[in-house]
Amino acid sequence: MTRTTAWRRHPLARYAVLVLALALIGVAYATLVQGSRPADAALASGKLDDVAQGKSLFQAHCSSCHGLSAEGTSTGPTLVGVGAAAVDFQVSSGRMPAANPGAQAPRKPTPRWVNEETTRQLAAYVQSLGGGPTIPSKDQVDPAMGNAAKGGELFRANCIQCHNWGGAGGALTRGKYAPSLNESSPQQIYEAMVTGPQAMPVFNDTTITPQEKRDMIAYITEVRSQRDPGGFGLGRIGPVTEGLVAWVVGISFMALVAIWITAKKRKKS
Amino acid sequence: MSELTSVPKAISGPSSFLDDRLGAGNFLKRNLRKIFPDHWTYLLGEVALYSFIILLLTGTFLTLWFKPGMEHVIYDGSYAPLKGVGMSQAYASSLEISFDVRGGLLMRQMHHWAALLFVASMMVHMLRVFFMGAYRKPRELTWLIGVILLTLALAEGLTGYSLPDDLLSGAGLRITEGVAISLPLVGTYITFFLFGGEYPGMDVISRFYSLHILLIPGILLALIGAHVVLTWVQKHTQMPGRGANNHNVVGAPFYPAFMLKAGAMFLFTFALVAGLGTFAQINPIWIFGPYNPADISAGSQPDFYMGFLEGSLRLMPAWEINLFGTAHAGTLPLSVIIPALLPMGIIMTGLALYPFLERWVTGDHRALHVSDRPRNNPHRTSIGMSAIVFYGVLWLLGANDELSANFQISLNVTTYVGRVLVLVGPVLAYIITYRICLGLQRSDAAVIGHGVESGVIKRLPHGEFIEVHTAPIDTVEDSLRAKEPVPMLPVEEDSAGIPPKGMRGPLGKLRAAMSKSYGGEKIPLDDGHGHGHDDDEHAAVGSGDDKSITRH
Ligand code: HEC
Ligand code: HEC
Ligand code: HEM
Repeated sequence: MTRTTAWRRHPLARYAVLVLALALIGVAYATLVQGSRPADAALASGKLDDVAQGKSLFQAHCSSCHGLSAEGTSTGPTLVGVGAAAVDFQVSSGRMPAANPGAQAPRKPTPRWVNEETTRQLAAYVQSLGGGPTIPSKDQVDPAMGNAAKGGELFRANCIQCHNWGGAGGALTRGKYAPSLNESSPQQIYEAMVTGPQAMPVFNDTTITPQEKRDMIAYITEVRSQRDPGGFGLGRIGPVTEGLVAWVVGISFMALVAIWITAKKRKKS
Repeated sequence: MSELTSVPKAISGPSSFLDDRLGAGNFLKRNLRKIFPDHWTYLLGEVALYSFIILLLTGTFLTLWFKPGMEHVIYDGSYAPLKGVGMSQAYASSLEISFDVRGGLLMRQMHHWAALLFVASMMVHMLRVFFMGAYRKPRELTWLIGVILLTLALAEGLTGYSLPDDLLSGAGLRITEGVAISLPLVGTYITFFLFGGEYPGMDVISRFYSLHILLIPGILLALIGAHVVLTWVQKHTQMPGRGANNHNVVGAPFYPAFMLKAGAMFLFTFALVAGLGTFAQINPIWIFGPYNPADISAGSQPDFYMGFLEGSLRLMPAWEINLFGTAHAGTLPLSVIIPALLPMGIIMTGLALYPFLERWVTGDHRALHVSDRPRNNPHRTSIGMSAIVFYGVLWLLGANDELSANFQISLNVTTYVGRVLVLVGPVLAYIITYRICLGLQRSDAAVIGHGVESGVIKRLPHGEFIEVHTAPIDTVEDSLRAKEPVPMLPVEEDSAGIPPKGMRGPLGKLRAAMSKSYGGEKIPLDDGHGHGHDDDEHAAVGSGDDKSITRH
């Protein structure tokens, strides 16, 4: 029998382990949660692992800008209170980890370590820091359960001044821009609304109810997957490309035709 | 000049039939043998004519289903993402044309593409006439009608664009209203008259409808008729060279040669419009959604011909004048009035007045039928180019949000750069074009003076290599030699240092100065060999291919 096994068999060992575990939990509890409630939630849903994993992921990939415990630095804002939805949106769309500083972090391919699991863990960690909007459930973002026509009206009333009628995106001031919505997953659309990334306003559940959000998701996804009934869509941005085609295709074609026609010399009569 | 000797059967048959009954044989004979020049640029105006015909046909089709009403209806057609949405009757009927009328979408798209082609071809046609100086006496009226046609076409496009009452056209309407209401004193009245009350009201679509399908097309039709008849009676101008002079027309007779070409041109125009209508989606109003004054979209743009107005609005700093220092006494929104009226005013008034201004400056009262090569009137060409740049910068900046979004340029930067460009660009264009024109004249002079490079290298007895230059072929030489100095007023002061009559006041002095720099020969053709060619002699040669008849 080795010393350790002897230790383990000691009658007091049970109590010692219990105390140790309690202490550990206590410490974790204390360090993880300044704002207590979210951690309760994490604990209750058995996601403590996620939080811990998330924390180490965070410190490896995000802390250079956001600080070791997401308190924020001069190169990145604090993430306390932004919620799991913000992290999921930013990381799954490739915006975070941000690469180079610019007017706005663009959507880009995600780095290799990012997958559903790591994203969930990061999200759980940030959620545990100060709460905030959570990731929507599958039903909340199911386009099939939304009313596209209603969603269209809401979309036109709330979003197109930045994102354009067909979700093609558009320019904002000083190098900022509203991106195209063609690549956003239903979940990302929902999360963009509840978190309001950067120049985008927050559309919380009192302004636009979850049901209405689902309607809008239905509209956005239906219109963007629609086949253009009139031929090539020309980017669906309206008169600018149409005018370009009228000149580049139309006028050049007619000029070529005119040259061709007049180049045909009459035979001597 | 060769007179007509024999009349083709195809003409003599019907014409003697008509002649026997109506005495119209002479008329037909004369007109069917009308000579048309055959340079390709002369066909550009025809594209506009044929697009107009296509517009009339497709537009009439659309009127069969379009309902110009603002009544509120609930959509129940076959486009699912709008089912159950409230909208105006006009919008609902445009959707119906697009989705539920057989061939309706094709007709809508052809109508719209033809509208773009109509205006674009008018513009190119007008530039051709301008740069060749084909607007000069006796064609000033034709030119003026052209300017009115262009203006009316813009109005026709604007009203048509507003008809479907979709979100995009509504944005255009809102700007129209903003411009109208910003006019000092009369603004409110004009807006109320146009909209029948507060914006947007219930009347504007039906009013625009009458304008769009009745009034403006009627005037357009009449003016296009006048324009074409004038061209017919006065004949086209012709390119210099190949026996062309101010008393004849060189080219092919209307029948059969020109009629075939014109027919082919119509078919090609039709094919283009039909092709675009089939394969390229235009004005997808179902994506824009119904108009609602509260909604506005990123990327809202007018059709291209209104782009320069959009651009000037976007470039203009937000200046306004509050009368007596308070907004209560009235506000003069310079940020709207100036961009809405100034560029349009400069361009349209400039176009209308140019023939008369030019004549005032050159004192040239001759009737001219041979057009200029653009390089031979360098100031005119430079003025034209700087106008193009002015217009072009405004037009480009009308799409600055798309530029910004697609090329990752800050929106603010586009605006600042545009503000500078719109002022500096035309000046630069003027200087550069002027230099290029003189350079081209110089190379013409070199061709006349020294001939063209033959590619033959010769070694001289003392060892030097030279390239042999040969005289240019007749047709080239003809067109080069047709160059005349730009006419100039008699501005020289007499021996006592007194300027001639009419050049004495401040205006007269200005006129004399302008005439001196506008007119005259900048680079004389350096006549090395062979005087003695003169125009009359040339009219007979070099035209073996073409018939030329005497102008009456
Ligand atoms: C290069 C610096 C940098 C790195 C690395 C970085 N971020 Fe960020 N992050 C920023 C900046 C700057 C912002 C704020 C502006 C913006 O979004 O561009 C931001 C914003 C965010 C936001 C949105 C905050 C809000 O208010 O909605 C989230 C969430 C976020 N980051 C998460 C992360 C995560 C998770 C990582 C690691 C995977 C990460 N960031 C890595 C710089 C960085
Ligand atoms: C004031 C302008 C503005 C409005 C209004 C706005 N957005 Fe945005 N939106 C933005 C900006 C800016 C971004 C880019 C944020 C970023 O890159 O972090 C964005 C990003 C998004 C994205 C993410 C796109 C991607 O790359 O996946 C979605 C989805 C989105 N918005 C949906 C909406 C919806 C839905 C509405 C209406 C309820 C809306 N937005 C209203 C400005 C706006
Ligand atoms: C001559 C120049 C004309 C121009 C430049 C012009 C231009 C336009 C434009 C840009 C539109 C919007 C089309 C769209 O919805 O995509 C339009 C619509 C319309 N035009 Fe014209 N048009 C012209 C002549 C006519 C004529 C002659 C008629 C009728 C006889 C006509 C009837 C209509 C109708 C009914 C519509 C609305 C239908 C719809 O948009 O669905 N137009 N026009």
